[in-house]
Amino acid sequence: MPRKDVSHLQDLRRRLTSQRGRGYWRSLEELAGSAEFQRYVEREFPEGASQWKANRREFLTLMGASLALAGLSGCGGQPPEQIVPYVEQPEQLVPGKPLYFATAMTTGGVATGLLVESHMGRPTKIEGNPKHPSVPAAFWQGSETTAPGVSDIFSQAAILTLYDPDRSQTVTRAGEISTWDEFLTALRPKLEGQASIEGRGIRLLTETITSPTLAAQIAEFRQRYPDSQWHQFEPVNRDNELAGAKLALGEFMGTHYHLDRADVILSLDSDFLTSGPDHLRHAMEFASRRDVQPATNSRAEMSRLYVLESTPTLTGMKADHRLPLRAGQIEAFAIALAERLGVSVEESQCTELTDTTRRWLETIAADLQNYRRQDDPGASLVIAGPSASPFVHGLVHAINRVLGNTGQTVTYSEPVEAQPVVQNESLRELVADMEAGKVDVLFILGGNPVYTSPADLRFANALDRVPFRVRLGLYEDETSARCHWHIPETHFLESWSDARAANGTASIVQPLIAPFYQGRSSHELLSAMLGKPGRSPLDLVKEHWQNRLNDTEDFESVWQTALHEGFISGTQWPKKSATVRQVSDLLKNASRSGRFEDLPRDQVDVVFRPDPTIWDGRFANNGWLQELPKPLSKLTWDNAALVGPELAERLKLENGDVIELEHEQRRLAAPVWIVPGHPDQSVTVHFGYGRARAGRVGSGAGFNAFEFQTSASPWHIDGVSLRTTGRRMPLAATQHHHLMEGRDLVRGGTLGQLRDNPHGPEFMQSHEHGEATSLFPPDEHKYEGYKWAMTIDLNRCLGCNACAVACQAENNIPVVGKDQVARGREMHWIRVDSYYEGPAVNPRVVHQPVPCMHCENAPCEPVCPVGATVHGDEGLNEMVYNRCVGTRYCSSNCPYKVRRFNFLQYSDLEKPSLKLLNNPNVTVRNRGVMEKCTYCVQRISAARIQSEKEERSIRDGELVTACQAACPSQAIVFGDLNDPASRVKQQTEDPLNYSLLGELNTRPRTTYLAALRNPNPELETMESKASH
Amino acid sequence: MSDAQDKPAATEAGHSKFLTGDYTFGTVTDKISAVVLSGQTPRSWYVGFAIAFSLVMLLLWAITWLFVKGVGIWGINIPVSWGFAIVNFVWWIGIGHAGTLISAILLLLRQQWRTSINRFAEAMTLFAVACAGLFPLLHLGRPEYFYYLIPYPATTGVWPQFRSPLMWDFFAVSIYATVSLLFWYVGLIPDMATLRDKAKGKFAQITYGILSMGWRGSARHWLRYQRAYLILAGLAAPLVVSVHSIVSFDFSVTIVPGWHSTIFPPYFVAGAIYSGFAMVLTIAIPLRAVYRLHDLVTDRHLDNMAKVLLASGLVVAYGYLMEIFMAWYSGSQFEQYMILNRLFGPYGWCYWLLIACNVVIPQLLWFRAVRRSVPWLFMLALMINLGMWLERFVIVVVSLHRDFVPSSWGMYVPSFWDWATLFGSMGLFAALLFLFIRMLPMISIFEMRELLEESQGESQ
Repeated sequence: MPRKDVSHLQDLRRRLTSQRGRGYWRSLEELAGSAEFQRYVEREFPEGASQWKANRREFLTLMGASLALAGLSGCGGQPPEQIVPYVEQPEQLVPGKPLYFATAMTTGGVATGLLVESHMGRPTKIEGNPKHPSVPAAFWQGSETTAPGVSDIFSQAAILTLYDPDRSQTVTRAGEISTWDEFLTALRPKLEGQASIEGRGIRLLTETITSPTLAAQIAEFRQRYPDSQWHQFEPVNRDNELAGAKLALGEFMGTHYHLDRADVILSLDSDFLTSGPDHLRHAMEFASRRDVQPATNSRAEMSRLYVLESTPTLTGMKADHRLPLRAGQIEAFAIALAERLGVSVEESQCTELTDTTRRWLETIAADLQNYRRQDDPGASLVIAGPSASPFVHGLVHAINRVLGNTGQTVTYSEPVEAQPVVQNESLRELVADMEAGKVDVLFILGGNPVYTSPADLRFANALDRVPFRVRLGLYEDETSARCHWHIPETHFLESWSDARAANGTASIVQPLIAPFYQGRSSHELLSAMLGKPGRSPLDLVKEHWQNRLNDTEDFESVWQTALHEGFISGTQWPKKSATVRQVSDLLKNASRSGRFEDLPRDQVDVVFRPDPTIWDGRFANNGWLQELPKPLSKLTWDNAALVGPELAERLKLENGDVIELEHEQRRLAAPVWIVPGHPDQSVTVHFGYGRARAGRVGSGAGFNAFEFQTSASPWHIDGVSLRTTGRRMPLAATQHHHLMEGRDLVRGGTLGQLRDNPHGPEFMQSHEHGEATSLFPPDEHKYEGYKWAMTIDLNRCLGCNACAVACQAENNIPVVGKDQVARGREMHWIRVDSYYEGPAVNPRVVHQPVPCMHCENAPCEPVCPVGATVHGDEGLNEMVYNRCVGTRYCSSNCPYKVRRFNFLQYSDLEKPSLKLLNNPNVTVRNRGVMEKCTYCVQRISAARIQSEKEERSIRDGELVTACQAACPSQAIVFGDLNDPASRVKQQTEDPLNYSLLGELNTRPRTTYLAALRNPNPELETMESKASH
Repeated sequence: MSDAQDKPAATEAGHSKFLTGDYTFGTVTDKISAVVLSGQTPRSWYVGFAIAFSLVMLLLWAITWLFVKGVGIWGINIPVSWGFAIVNFVWWIGIGHAGTLISAILLLLRQQWRTSINRFAEAMTLFAVACAGLFPLLHLGRPEYFYYLIPYPATTGVWPQFRSPLMWDFFAVSIYATVSLLFWYVGLIPDMATLRDKAKGKFAQITYGILSMGWRGSARHWLRYQRAYLILAGLAAPLVVSVHSIVSFDFSVTIVPGWHSTIFPPYFVAGAIYSGFAMVLTIAIPLRAVYRLHDLVTDRHLDNMAKVLLASGLVVAYGYLMEIFMAWYSGSQFEQYMILNRLFGPYGWCYWLLIACNVVIPQLLWFRAVRRSVPWLFMLALMINLGMWLERFVIVVVSLHRDFVPSSWGMYVPSFWDWATLFGSMGLFAALLFLFIRMLPMISIFEMRELLEESQGESQ
């Protein structure tokens, strides 16, 4: 390093020494706080980073060196190959102690606040950011700086995508390696050519954009090229919600639900608990109204949820009453309900309903109305899902209005999108322009439209007619392959940006690490398109907010707070009043497709949905999400045509039989998977599979449902003919038996039963006799210090799998692949079991997360011949990996089958980037070793060290396990049983608490709280009559 | 078993002896030692050895691949984390038992008919234990650390965990292997000397000379020899009961339904004797035919062994019955489901095949005609071998594949490598037997001479 930089370094040093008191700093930039520093680091740093093919050691060298430089001026001339020891430790950076940084991730354009754990400069684990309005807090009473928030599977798994070795790493031109500079050179004449014609030939295709900075950049671009067009398209979009709002309210609006206020909820095909914007808040609010623990709810009251759905979802499985209907039938039901509730609908559809459905309608309508209390109106809520037609959305706005819910359980605001459009229309216009040869230059920012566009648009063919096509993407995928230029995009953990949360709050996307490859963010690309290449995304974002907040006195401190908190406070949308238009007007403007009557026998409805784990295919190369069992079907690594048991019985279909669907000359062959509770005469297919260029992990798995989708009706098609092919395809599922075989594995009952006998409800009585008298001496363990235990509240659990991915990320759990899953060798330390009860046509489903039980009488311990699994003084059942020789005796003797074995070398020890991903506090296990849940013993140790330094014991809530932190409904509680005030202690004494297989005298430390339902007595009698 | 002596069956020559034909000390010695020394190895030996040796190569291939890739090449999974390796281990250990029973217990009980079969039965024991001993090693996820099971003074200060039945197993099997080897070798010493004296070639003379440890046949030698042999027999006798009892503890100590059962020790021992005698018959019948040993291994021998088969088979059948009864009697839904699943679950056919092989068809042995019919006996022996292997498969795999929590139930499908290891181990067993037949006297020469003397004494 040249000596002339001394002045900057002195400045840095001064800043370093003058900063005090903040719990953590988020970036070198903040640390240095100056633009000079930024440039300085850019000059020094990307030299290594841009040629990224480093292994861990080189990486640490780089990070170590750059951080050392930040705190130290005297080490110029050190060869970069050596790790520079700190002569003076940079403040806050203690080796072995992670730092936490706030950032945000977008799904469907909407931001979720995240808190990312970083070890010596490499991000390793993602939690929710509880300060962020989209993220409810996990229970936490420790240091404020590390308080975790809840999260979902996508944010948990995002860290793996960051380190994915298959991400595109370089600019390519027609498949050949090129450079950013060459791209700029090629771009300039194209744009100059367009400047004279006002940009008439320029089109911009993005995903849903909520980023204020990017929107401003696009606006600036369109100012310069006024005739250019901006299209937005995402396959899983909110078109119908937006169109419905426009229909009913006269303009695009954002709708917000407040489930904590809602006593009765009716969902029309909405999976509001586990997907869509704000689902984390929904889950927590819903769970809080289902909680009947005496401590929090002395009156033992619960909200009631009715779900009508065309495909089984986790929300449906949490319902007190669930009615499977075909997509078209739901619309007819909605019209009838609106009429019944006093929304004047001109042409009555009610006659179409069957008697049973009519009774459902009457009961639900009465319940919705009864809950409309005189003194406190608006305690019910009707929600329509993204697949419901705009017309149904319009009706639902009207119904909520009639029920008095508007302003109470439903509020309105500006839409979160920077420029809301009906995206299917937007894409259709673009395709029409491309086909007409009107498009000369096309920029595709993100997305993967060649793969995700509906088949009838023939997007790829139209794309080929554009003379200059530029693609910015994380992967060199199907779309990149058809573009002239591919620019690697930065991961959100590598680059600066901003985005809005569902309530409008502007969130700052802050990088944790310098870009690995030659990645560029969309801000950089737009900046280059505006003729200002080389501007850093940080400058762009910061400048945007500086201009926006120009009346603020001290922008720098506002900015610092925003970086620290992860969002800019006060930017949420204000509530907006909305007037619902006359429904008769609605009917005039809307086209309807709902039909109630049965379809012809050889026809089915096909319902399209994003895949529960890999969404629209964007996570296809994420092994964690591929291997995560899909809720209900428990499939991994594949999608399938989900059918109900009646259809399967009629056509004599078994799991894995390949069927062929045909509609308007489009054909789709798909293996069948039978899901109890799926509506009859209906087939669900999931997007995201059948990828040709996803990467080593995702390519070639499953079938492509987009090839069967139409733009006119993107969520479902009716009148599809179905035939069997006689072929079979192997599918890999993690659970094959969903019946409890009369065992008391999941206990549960109704709220009424609990009220009748609050201290020992009938459903808590076990069939098996309890703990028998033992001839053996009492437990040799005294557990005088801590006595760790976990409770899992099945009443709160949604079955969303966030715990499983969080555990995988925290504990370096490897991915094993489809073949190994099919052999029954998945490695998840916590799994979510699902059991069905009742008739297969419409069963009740209960979810049960199962980690290690940490039994006090652990059957695994005495059988290990080498003492590799032993009992700790605090009650943990500990695995000593080094000692394990792999007899697997412990697993044979584990009644819960929670132990996982490395049958082959599953951990990837080769790929440098994947090595960086690992949590340094958890051993990476090799072949031949048994492993299992440790209660996150590394977190216990960290808390112990902290508490011992402060000469106190670990407080309740100062320590959360990874699964507990992630759980969106906070169903998992972990703590010390010796602390009489701890939450876990209270929960183990709850009358609803029970031990799984407690009759085996294993005395598990992980216990469960029974699941409760709040059924409507009228429907309950009707259902029980129907099933007998 | 004393039945054989009380009511001697009439042989074709009217003798009631376990040695037919007109033999002298010299001809008996020549007859047995000729197999080793004459050099006229029958063609069938070469064919058999070639097949066995190919299977040994298959075994080596399977083991090499196993060490390269890990136990994941097999069909095991969670929940069925114990598969063929354990099934084969128990099967082979069981087979070994007949040899010890014949040589030690029948010796102590002074059953003369053991004499002509004890040598190769002991060899069979040794080779079966060798095959069995392979599997616990191969079974390990990290076989390179097998020595963690040995209580050696390690600097880590860590001992094996003595509460684990696998530890007991380790001791039981290693003691069994040691005692069997010693017993077999001690029994061989006088015959080695015979071979040394009769051998023509220099190499054979020196080799047998070393192995005979200076045996000169003096009275003092014989006295010491008899004492040592009896002591070893006394040591070996309890092992017949203990080894398989301890092997059964691997299962009965656990809480897995289908494993957790107090009847396992006697039931396993009976099963071991059952399968062991079946294997002795499987070997004796072809040997007798190829080397024309009908005079030494007579039909009465076969008849006696068939009776042992019948008796031990009935004990085993009682065990099967008791398992079903106890499942009902326990009132435990897990036990009851286990039995229903065993009978009618996806692996139900294994159970019914095992019942057919081990219980139903062997009832033919009640008929004298069947006991005296060599083809029938051979077929029955093969069936019992299969049935006993299936029994272990049912116990190990079928119990594990559906235990307590239905969400974790799974299926076990053996892979090519599972089969390769099983058949490879059979090849190893056969190859060792072929080498033994070719290089060592397969029937105890000196004991046959004793038998000859006794029988001649009686007839005179």
